[in-house]
Amino acid sequence: MPLRFAATLAQRRFDVRFELAAGETLAVLGPNGAGKSTLLALLAGLLTPTWGRAELDGAVLFDVGERGSVLTEPRERGISLLAQEALLFPHLSALENVAFGPRSRGVHRVSARATALAWLDRVGVPELAGRRPAQLSGGQAQRVALARALAADPALLLLDEPLAALDVGVAPAMRLLLRDVLRERTAVIVTHDPLDAFLLADRVLVLEDGRIVESGATAEVLTRPVTAFGARLAGLNLVPGRRTRAGFTGRNGLEVPLADAVPVGAVPVGASMALAVRPAAVGVSLSARAAPESGQGPHSGADPDSEFGPGSASHSASHSTSDSARLAATIDDVEHRGDVVRVHAAGLAADVAPADVVALGLVPGLPVVLTMRHSDVVVYPTPLPDQDADPDGR
Amino acid sequence: MIRESVCPAMWRRPMWRRRAVVLVPFALMGVLTACGSADQTGPASLSAPASSGTDTDGGSITVFAAASLEESFTELADRFEETRPGTVVTLNVAGSSDLATQISEGAPADVFASADEATMERIAATDLLDGEPVTFATNTLQLAVPPDNPADITSLADAARPGIRTVVCAAQVPCGAAAERVAEAAGVELSPVSEESSVTDVLGKISSGEADAGLVYVTDVRAAGDAVEGIAVPEAADVVNTYPIAALTDSEAAETAHAFVDFVTSADGRTVLEAAGFGAP
Amino acid sequence: MELTAARLPRWIVAIAVLGGLFVVLPLVAMALRVDWPQFIPLVTSESARSALLLSLRTSLTATALCVLFGVPMALVLARTAFRGQRVLRSLVLLPLVLPPVVGGIALLYTFGRRGLLGGTLEALGIEIAFSTTAVVLSQAFVALPFLVLSLEGALRTVGTRYEAVGATLGASRWTVLRRITVPLVLPALISGAVLSFARALGEFGATLTFAGSLQGTTRTLPLEIYLQRETDPDAAVALSLILVVVAIAVVGGAHRVRPIGGSGPPGTVARPVRSTKDAR
Repeated sequence: MPLRFAATLAQRRFDVRFELAAGETLAVLGPNGAGKSTLLALLAGLLTPTWGRAELDGAVLFDVGERGSVLTEPRERGISLLAQEALLFPHLSALENVAFGPRSRGVHRVSARATALAWLDRVGVPELAGRRPAQLSGGQAQRVALARALAADPALLLLDEPLAALDVGVAPAMRLLLRDVLRERTAVIVTHDPLDAFLLADRVLVLEDGRIVESGATAEVLTRPVTAFGARLAGLNLVPGRRTRAGFTGRNGLEVPLADAVPVGAVPVGASMALAVRPAAVGVSLSARAAPESGQGPHSGADPDSEFGPGSASHSASHSTSDSARLAATIDDVEHRGDVVRVHAAGLAADVAPADVVALGLVPGLPVVLTMRHSDVVVYPTPLPDQDADPDGR
Repeated sequence: MIRESVCPAMWRRPMWRRRAVVLVPFALMGVLTACGSADQTGPASLSAPASSGTDTDGGSITVFAAASLEESFTELADRFEETRPGTVVTLNVAGSSDLATQISEGAPADVFASADEATMERIAATDLLDGEPVTFATNTLQLAVPPDNPADITSLADAARPGIRTVVCAAQVPCGAAAERVAEAAGVELSPVSEESSVTDVLGKISSGEADAGLVYVTDVRAAGDAVEGIAVPEAADVVNTYPIAALTDSEAAETAHAFVDFVTSADGRTVLEAAGFGAP
Repeated sequence: MELTAARLPRWIVAIAVLGGLFVVLPLVAMALRVDWPQFIPLVTSESARSALLLSLRTSLTATALCVLFGVPMALVLARTAFRGQRVLRSLVLLPLVLPPVVGGIALLYTFGRRGLLGGTLEALGIEIAFSTTAVVLSQAFVALPFLVLSLEGALRTVGTRYEAVGATLGASRWTVLRRITVPLVLPALISGAVLSFARALGEFGATLTFAGSLQGTTRTLPLEIYLQRETDPDAAVALSLILVVVAIAVVGGAHRVRPIGGSGPPGTVARPVRSTKDAR
């Protein structure tokens, strides 16, 4: 492992340890204040831990313990940082900015400039070499900043939300560039955007309150989240629950026969498990209790046509009790989300077409039935029995 | 009753000694005008409330006195007020040439007491004097040395020895002009390390021990108390600085003004001035 | 400019004009008092030239001292945290609010013959009293806070982010200071130095108290003006005008120094245009 990291920072309640293999990119996710930037600052040497040890390619970055402390200066760590803002030195040209790293390591001016030009070319903006940072757009500046970080030839590249400050139109191209340069490079990227994690990272680490709450391969974490935050990142509904005789029973009462869902016969009855399902795969229909007021209304709960969800048209016929789960619930909230409406009920989110929301008259307080096909849900054991960020069981 | 308004000043400003029951707002105004504005307007706004605040009519006067007279004139004013109940004397103390400038710019003064004749003549030339100036005191120079006299100065010749740091007033100010004449009379060539613009600055350099010796007035040595030691200079006896006093034409209390001049030149006045070290006229 | 004024209540503008007059009018009044036919002879007299040259020489030296000591001081104040830092900052800035005479007395008790360091210095053969060195010390004492204050403010505004980036790029502390920190605060350093120079040029009280007054050695222009006032008010006024002109030239020059990137990208130019539209 080229990077081993373990550190505690008492005053920020930060306590994290992880390892990273050569050429791997780690995405660090988490809500604001979770300690993501602290992690980067500790790696870069801009913060000192109260306890901990980190090594990069066998060299100690810091080793702070009872016996004393070893702190390698930031400049000797071989770690470059690309932040949310480009932070190009305003008094130097783009080329001089990129040449700063090589120059600082004693490379001769001429060859440092050659290196810088090569990197500017690599990030696609060789024509900006002579510009001052004030004359660059946000996207251009971030490319130059990337070139500058890479020109320092770092053993580890740190990226602190490198796309967050960019215009929506510029971010995709920059993301592709990052995907390109991060291949085969050891890097840690802090991000809010699961898309960054999917496209750029091999592994994901989710921080909350200074601690790791989830970690693993990107695909694993983003399809089988164990925390509410992880689920939100992945855009999934997470239903914590337990293995029961029937299969899986969620805290909100949702029941799924286990044999259908996952081949995990090894999980003992009573063990804690979780269910994940995309909001788009959750259907909403009016429950029988909602119907009486309008008499024999067109949208009675028994009527299969009254069941809506983006995919409901094709699935409505097959949403019989044999291959789908049903859960009676009351709508907590209804929110607009672009071209769909997200209905919240029983701790689940269901994405429904706006027209259907109007047709069904979905409003908070309305009793409904949530449906989802067994084939759309993932049920998996959760490592920590009571690890759950959502005590209400929503 | 004495009120003082102290100005936070880098440049030395005239110091007003008020001897009146003054309404507080007017006193504040006095501070503001004395510190902040040109001299033409300052005293004007001061004297009006000073007189209106008392119950005597026209018995209050403002005396412009040279800085070296500050202590003796404070005493004289007190005594003068005792002899004439209800009379209020306001003192404005500053360098003679500053006072002369203020008077010629229209400051309302009733009496002017200068530290030299030349300055008084400047006022006389502008027809602002009510009567001839009267010499009421004389002053001579003395060597001042730090208390323990580290350089063992005993004469003016000592002060001219190489390596001795002597401080005098600049030739532009009266005490400097006098110092030049004393040195000339003594046949001594002084090479001062500093030519200060006032006696206060000369005394400051001596009392702090920066300088070994300096030429200042006898009265200054006496007023400085233990801070400096005085050494008589025989050659200085011939260089006498005379202090003239005169009432001014702009006075609205001419009678009191002349009475004050008479009081200063009287036997009582002499006693006070002699106590401060001034010589007889 | 007109737009900005138009958005303000008129009475604010009126008061501002009054305040401006308060500053400018005395200068005009002084210029009116100048004896113009005699101006050149008055300001080129030997004593005047000697005082002006001494003032320029000592003020430049004092400014150099301010930069030499003030830059590290500002860096320590802005970039480190330690116990008593607030107290230290207040003390460093004290000469700003201290009457210069008090500063002179304090210097006297430090560097004077009987002062704290006077004995040591005298043993080393260094005599400060009544020397040009004393003038420079007085000026540096009162001018130093101007440099420290403006530089520390700039350092805090710039922040440490660029420096952190520089460090992660492999730059040594000295390289970071030389190639990043100092260039970033250069405009503030220059304007701070100019302010210090202007303050040193006008220094009077501390010099008078501490250094003395001797033509060519310690009698700077303000002291010369003060002395000339005794006998030759015309010369004093003429010299005052010279001092005012030098001060205006210096301070005006300082204001022309623009922050880095001030020439601006198109984006920053566009912003005022947008706000102009908003105003309509």
